[in-house]
Parts: sequence; C-alpha cells; structure tokens
Amino acid sequence: MAKTHVSTTINNEPVEFLCEPNQTLLDCLRNELQMTGTKEGCSTGDCGACSVTVNGRLVCSCLVFGVEAEGQNIGTIEGIGKAENLHVIQQKFLEHAALQCGICTPGLIVATEALLAENPDPTEAEARYYLAGNLCRCTGYDKIIRAVMDSAAEMRGTA
Amino acid sequence: MAKDMMSGFALYQPTDLKNALSLITKFGSDGWILAGGYDSLDWFKDRIKRPKAVIDLSGITGLRDVRETNNGIEIGALTTLTEIHQNSLIKQKFNLLSEAAGKVASPQIRNYGTIGGNVCQDTRCWYYRYGLDCYRAGGNTCYADTPQGLNREHCLFNADRCVAVSPSDTAPALIALEAEMIVVNQTGEQAIAAEDFFIGPGIDIERMTVLKPGDVLTTIRIPNTWAGAQFYFEKVADRNTWDFALVNIASAMKIKDNVIIEIRMACGGVECVPKRLTVVENVVRGNPRDEETAQLAANSASRGATPLNQNHFKIPLMENLVKRAIREA
Repeated sequence: MAKTHVSTTINNEPVEFLCEPNQTLLDCLRNELQMTGTKEGCSTGDCGACSVTVNGRLVCSCLVFGVEAEGQNIGTIEGIGKAENLHVIQQKFLEHAALQCGICTPGLIVATEALLAENPDPTEAEARYYLAGNLCRCTGYDKIIRAVMDSAAEMRGTA
Repeated sequence: MAKDMMSGFALYQPTDLKNALSLITKFGSDGWILAGGYDSLDWFKDRIKRPKAVIDLSGITGLRDVRETNNGIEIGALTTLTEIHQNSLIKQKFNLLSEAAGKVASPQIRNYGTIGGNVCQDTRCWYYRYGLDCYRAGGNTCYADTPQGLNREHCLFNADRCVAVSPSDTAPALIALEAEMIVVNQTGEQAIAAEDFFIGPGIDIERMTVLKPGDVLTTIRIPNTWAGAQFYFEKVADRNTWDFALVNIASAMKIKDNVIIEIRMACGGVECVPKRLTVVENVVRGNPRDEETAQLAANSASRGATPLNQNHFKIPLMENLVKRAIREA
C-alpha cells in the first residue's frame, strides 16, 4: 500500500513524514519521527500516557491516525522543556516527587501544560477533573496535584 | 502487546457529504464510518473489525457546530463532547445535555470523541468486545447470560438472547429532551425521534441503532419544548472517570407551584436501548414534588426488571437515581 505524505507542525516546527493509513499518531511520533518522549500505555485511550495536544486540545495520540495530523499543530513533551532547561512544570514534578516509574509523566506534563494554558488559576477540583484521563499507578496522585498547583502558582508569579 | 497492529485498509477523507455518501454506499458493509475514532480504533486494534475501507468524516465542513434555529438548536454530529459540554447555548437551554457530555469518559476522549460517535458506539459487553461468536456477533450463544457469566454490567429489561446494554451517557439526555436524529443516505434524509433511533436485540441483534450500511447520522435537533426546564443528570460507575455507567439517569421536569406539570425521563445501562421511563412519567405527572412522589416513582421504575446473576444491585441503584431525579432536580 502506498504510504501517505503528511505535512504538519510539531512543537511549532514544520515536519513532514510518510505513514500508512493504519498507523496511529503515537506510532508516527515514536517510530517515524523518533520522538520517543510520548509513551504508549494501554493503547485504548484509558490511561493518557500518550497524551499530546492537537491545536491545543489534549488527546490520546494512540487513538488518532497519523494522517489526521495533516495541517494541524501538534504539541508533545519534547516541546515543553529540555533536560538542560526544564519547564516549571517539570521542575515542580521533580521537587514534589510526583513520579516514580515515569511512564505516565510525559502525558501528565503535557496535560498540565494544556490545563494551565486554558485555566492559569485552577482549583484543586478543576485540576483533578482536567487530569482525570491520565492514570498513574505509583504516586496516588496527591504529589502530582501538589506539583500541578505549585506550578500554577509559580507560573502566575504568586508562589 | 502488539495491540496497535491494525489490519490494513484504504482511508478516504471526503470533504463534502455528497462524496462521503457515495463512498459509504459503494463500500456498504465493507466500509466503516469514522468520526472521532475513539470507539473505532479499539475495534481495529483488537482486529475484530477489519473494514476494507474507512471513511473519515472529520474533513466535512458543516457537521461540527451548534446552531440556534427558530424552534430549538441543531448540533452537527461531529461536534466534540467537550464542545457540547462547554457550549453556552446548550448550557443555557439544555444544561442536561451539557452535564451528560461532561461525564463521558475522560478529558482526552471528550476532546476528540463526538456526539454522533457517542450515540452510535457499540455496546461494551466484554464477551462481545473480546471477539467471541456471540449472538450479537452472528453466533448462536450468549456468554454473559450463563451460570458462570460475568454480567454485573448487563441488562435488567427486555433482553432477547443478548443481554448487553447501551453505554451512552448523552443518549438518555437526548431522549429526555425529545431530540430528533437526522439520518441521511443517498435516497434522502429522515428525522427519527431519539427514542426510536436506538433498537433492541428483538429488532436486530447485530445493531444498536436504526442505522444501516449507507446511512449517516449528520445532525441532532433539539426542540425548545424543554428549554430551561428543571434537569437532573447522574451517572454511577465503578470509577469516577473514563468508566461507562452502571446506571445513568436523565430527566427534564416542568414544575409549577411545586406540582410536576410535565416530565420526561430516560435511564441508561439497564436495557439494550436507553430506557424511556414512561411509567414513572405517568405516575408522577400532576403530583406534588415531594418524598412520597419520589418513592412512588422509584417503585414504579424497576417494575418488570429481570436481573441476571450478578446485577441485582442495579435495581436499587436505578430506583435511587429516579428518586433523586424527582427530589433534587
């Protein structure tokens, strides 16, 4: 089967790749573009490990076809911070020990970034509602929520 | 697990409804209509459904918005659940639907999943989803309705060989609001009452809705009949998020001087179709809104239920939800 050519924008940079119609966006990111920051968890939309943003909307990349990225603006964990220059959210996740095994972390950080872009001053309930699609089996969520609330405060400049 | 090794298919991305319809008609039962894809991809990844052609509707303009009309609103079938949850017109007139849409699955799924997909999704019976050759899959047995069957999520009413339930949260809300579903095929368009859009196994055991190959749900119309009424929606599930309802309830009431003048109520998770609770409506209409009426409604709601081995708990659950809908709306 002929591969489809996709032109898209990932983390504000134009990107082109070839993929089969039955490849997911997650598969394209990890295996065609070697952007392995986005993780595969359940591959059925339950866990949120593969969360990315499509035009600012938080989605599970495992349930979106790669070809659907055509002309869209995709945001992944690679666009949020670098090892030598961490984003506030990443720094707060470290400070609050909001991760153990780390598989859910990229998804949670992308989700937190999307939350704070939409709502810079969320209540704890709003934060929990927004992050409800991201499962973590290690931390019990409290540390994550503390990191999110602290990031929000820091980013508003009220910490 | 190599779960995302979907089998191959040809992908079509028509940009207008006319082309979409001709593709859908051409491929018939070998074709698969894709909206958000959050139900479809699960089927493809499990390799249980292997369509030859997938027709993606997401590029069709005009199917993804909420419009005000002379006598109500029109919702394009590709409007996402988040858009419905946040839409100010829907919140103002039909908050019931907004609340129901906000309770579906998880934020990620609501952001991409559509209202059309939510009402057209297939049942979640785990035996059927696992790919077993049950009645619904064209076989000649039901694995859930057996002495050892795991059936705590299955139905209470009107089973006919199959005991699966309707999983949708928005469907009961649409029935309570007297919505109309606009179904289009190459021969024309048809408006079908939401209540009649869903069909049970007695009518066709392999389908959940009236849609046949070649049909597309394009629009949902909600008349102003219940605009601004007193609404109640509640969903009870094992998990707070991402889970399907064990039982959900949607009701719209008009109350004057504490008397229930008009009421419409529908309940999900108890029958293969979202169940309109006509008996409850008839029992409470004209009565004062109080504890006694609520109790009367609850008792009448579960009349005729035939529980399976593990789902007796759904009877009091359903009764309590009906009670709350009357008391707390």
